[in-house]
Amino acid sequence: MATAPAPLPDSPSPVPPKYQPLASSSAHLRRRKLASTLFYLLCFSVTLLSFFLLAWIMSGIFKQGIPYLNQQFLTSFPSRFAEQAGIKSALYGSVYVLCVTAVFAIPVGIGAAIFLQEYAGDNRFARFVQVNIANLAGVPSIVYGILGLALFVRALGFERSVLSGGLTLGLLVLPIIIIATQEALRGVPNSLRHGSYALGASKWQTIRRQVLPIAMPGILTGIILSISRAMGETAPLIMMGALTYVAFVPRGLRDGFTTLPIQVFNWTSRPQVEFQAIAAAGIIVLMTVLLSLNALAIFLRYRSNSRL
Amino acid sequence: MIIRRNFEEQLSELQEDLIRLGRFVQEAHGKAMDALVRQDLALAKQVIVDDDFADDITFGIMARTTQLLALQQPMARDLRFVAASLKIVTDLERIGDHASDIGKVTRSLAGQSYAKPPVDLPQLSSMACKMVGDALHSFVQHDIKLAVQVARDDDAVDDLCEEIQREMMDVMRSDSSRVEQATRLLLAARALERVADHATNIAEQVYYVETGELRPLAREEHNHALFASLGLEESDWKTHQRRSTDNGQNSP
Amino acid sequence: MNTSSISNLADKAMPEPSTRKAEAPSARNSTPQFNVAMAAAGEQNATPVIVEAEKVDLFYGTKQALKSVSIPFHQNTISALIGPSGCGKSTFLRCLNRMNDLIEGCRTEGEVTLSGENIYAKSVDTVMLRQRVGMVFQKPNPFPMAIWDNIAYGPRLRGIKNKAVLGEIVEESLRGAALWDEVKDDLKKSALGLSGGQQQRLCIARALATKPEVLLMDEPCSALDPISTLKIEELMRELRSAYTIVIVTHNMQQAARVSDTTAFFLLGELIERGASAKMFTDPSDKRTEDYITGRFG
Repeated sequence: MATAPAPLPDSPSPVPPKYQPLASSSAHLRRRKLASTLFYLLCFSVTLLSFFLLAWIMSGIFKQGIPYLNQQFLTSFPSRFAEQAGIKSALYGSVYVLCVTAVFAIPVGIGAAIFLQEYAGDNRFARFVQVNIANLAGVPSIVYGILGLALFVRALGFERSVLSGGLTLGLLVLPIIIIATQEALRGVPNSLRHGSYALGASKWQTIRRQVLPIAMPGILTGIILSISRAMGETAPLIMMGALTYVAFVPRGLRDGFTTLPIQVFNWTSRPQVEFQAIAAAGIIVLMTVLLSLNALAIFLRYRSNSRL
Repeated sequence: MIIRRNFEEQLSELQEDLIRLGRFVQEAHGKAMDALVRQDLALAKQVIVDDDFADDITFGIMARTTQLLALQQPMARDLRFVAASLKIVTDLERIGDHASDIGKVTRSLAGQSYAKPPVDLPQLSSMACKMVGDALHSFVQHDIKLAVQVARDDDAVDDLCEEIQREMMDVMRSDSSRVEQATRLLLAARALERVADHATNIAEQVYYVETGELRPLAREEHNHALFASLGLEESDWKTHQRRSTDNGQNSP
Repeated sequence: MNTSSISNLADKAMPEPSTRKAEAPSARNSTPQFNVAMAAAGEQNATPVIVEAEKVDLFYGTKQALKSVSIPFHQNTISALIGPSGCGKSTFLRCLNRMNDLIEGCRTEGEVTLSGENIYAKSVDTVMLRQRVGMVFQKPNPFPMAIWDNIAYGPRLRGIKNKAVLGEIVEESLRGAALWDEVKDDLKKSALGLSGGQQQRLCIARALATKPEVLLMDEPCSALDPISTLKIEELMRELRSAYTIVIVTHNMQQAARVSDTTAFFLLGELIERGASAKMFTDPSDKRTEDYITGRFG
């Protein structure tokens, strides 16, 4: 600061660097552009391929199933005769089982998530539980079927009932609900928690009045996605011994049941062409329900995004 | 919602203080001249003592103004206002000092009879004090025209001062026993002339606050266009024209 | 500006000679009241201390973030905490309502008293403490609900359910935060629709609704534009008559503008503390001077 800049009488003025004109081109530049275009085309064609495969399958199913898709199909019990067969018992079974699943898995899942996210903190136990829940979400569903068979059907003596099926599917989706709920809770900005605490709120007041309402759309999305997952599951229910031919609507939790995917599975294993067709019709019903559920989840997520 | 009400308050407090200080030194001049005319020693002494108070207030205002700069970071007009205030307070303090000077003249002339009753000096004092009052008035009222007028009134003060000087020199020539008295009264006249100069300085600061331009209003020859734009007559300042050509200050 | 009192200055410049002699001996009685003289006198009578930090040490795990910080905060004053990033000023602020309790591995030693009570005593409930010591954060954090519900949040936590009572509190708080006129017709609308400056004033109103004694502000203007910033600062000056305010700010000019006293922190230590007018014109410590003149480092 104190020293004045020394005079520079003879120093040459710096040579300005030469820049290439913006419009110029070179072989190297052209190669880079070409690679870029090729990669774009590759990605585009792969996307197109998967789309056409899906469309092909769907069109086959629709062509086969649409003629059988009528009111009689929805309101009849299964039958030896394809023309008279329906999915009434499977629809009711699915709804009953999913109710049990929801009643069991939602409160337990949300409760566990709140504990892990808000209360447990960062200790060894919490981390251990966390890792295991993540692992459980990746366990093959057939394993849950074996667990359901051993625990609910045999050990607890619930037999091959709606209750056993619902609880088995509940176990299956529990990790998914926990992880989705935790994700939603994590998405609640800490600034809101601190704002609430700073106004003298207790932990429970903060969770009930701030965290849960804000996380609710995310939690609901997670729940709906896991219910639709449960809806499409076949293997664990077959493993624990769900019935495949049911000509009645279950009256209670202890009754036997079948579900839509099991019914479809049953029909597809038959040799007759007609049964292949009504299986396709069943698939259309199943997919309609699943897609509606997913659409609802997307809607909820969109709404929560626009709110925060 | 008025934004920065606190800052606005501080600015107007600063302005109030300046005005009060201005009124205080004006009153000091009134007392000083009264004491001089009536040879009231007690009043003269009070004027001298009161000047310490004015000095204290000046330091107080300067400290406060610096704080205002540091704490409120004034900008644009506010900045000019605060910067001008620092200058104005100094001018006011000097005006106060001149009142004290006149008080000291009165003290030194205690017991002497005047050659003739002082008439021009009170008039000079009155003119100078009116300039101070007008300058502060233009400060409060954002009145550029009045500020410019103050700067031009300075010429009349200068003329009267010159007249007093000639008169005093006549006294000295005619009566050698009154040389001391006449010299001291000359100092008083000189002090009042300085008061008018400080009033002009204040007017220039007012002009700066209002227009953002630092302009030597006292230098008439630079300001013809300005005077014309404000509708001031040329005849008011032609006497000054004569004087400024005498002292050779009008080279471009 | 009162111009009428000085409009006839010229007339008053020369008072009647006859009136002067009488008052001559007691000149001081007639001297005008100067603001500077009154301000100097005003600095003498300080308000009582309401919050006092006494040798506060704070550790994040093994790292010491505050080293024996002692500051008294006087009632109805605005105190600014300044210093470079990571100097511990925000940490210290959060000691005053125990928000640091929410941070794991954070340990506080020493004493902080609120009206004589140690807030770190075992028997102290942080819920009670935080109702008496409100806080406003760096980023405006209105709850994603209606403006009305935002303000009523604190009172509701304390169990007030009566809508009329809550409504009064809402209006009073919004008026207190100079926001009422801007939102009185939109009380049912989401607080997230407000501008940043309005959101921050909403957060202040929300803190006022719990009727605190002390208001802590953690860089309340750093996310706001200059005009909103000045509005918040003006609001703070108004709130000063009813509350004691402690503000952390990165912005030295803001500390200068708004605060009565300023404390300078460096590396977890309190370097200097004093009246802002003194701190910003004549700091005692070389490090303070270097910081506020921008010669830091």
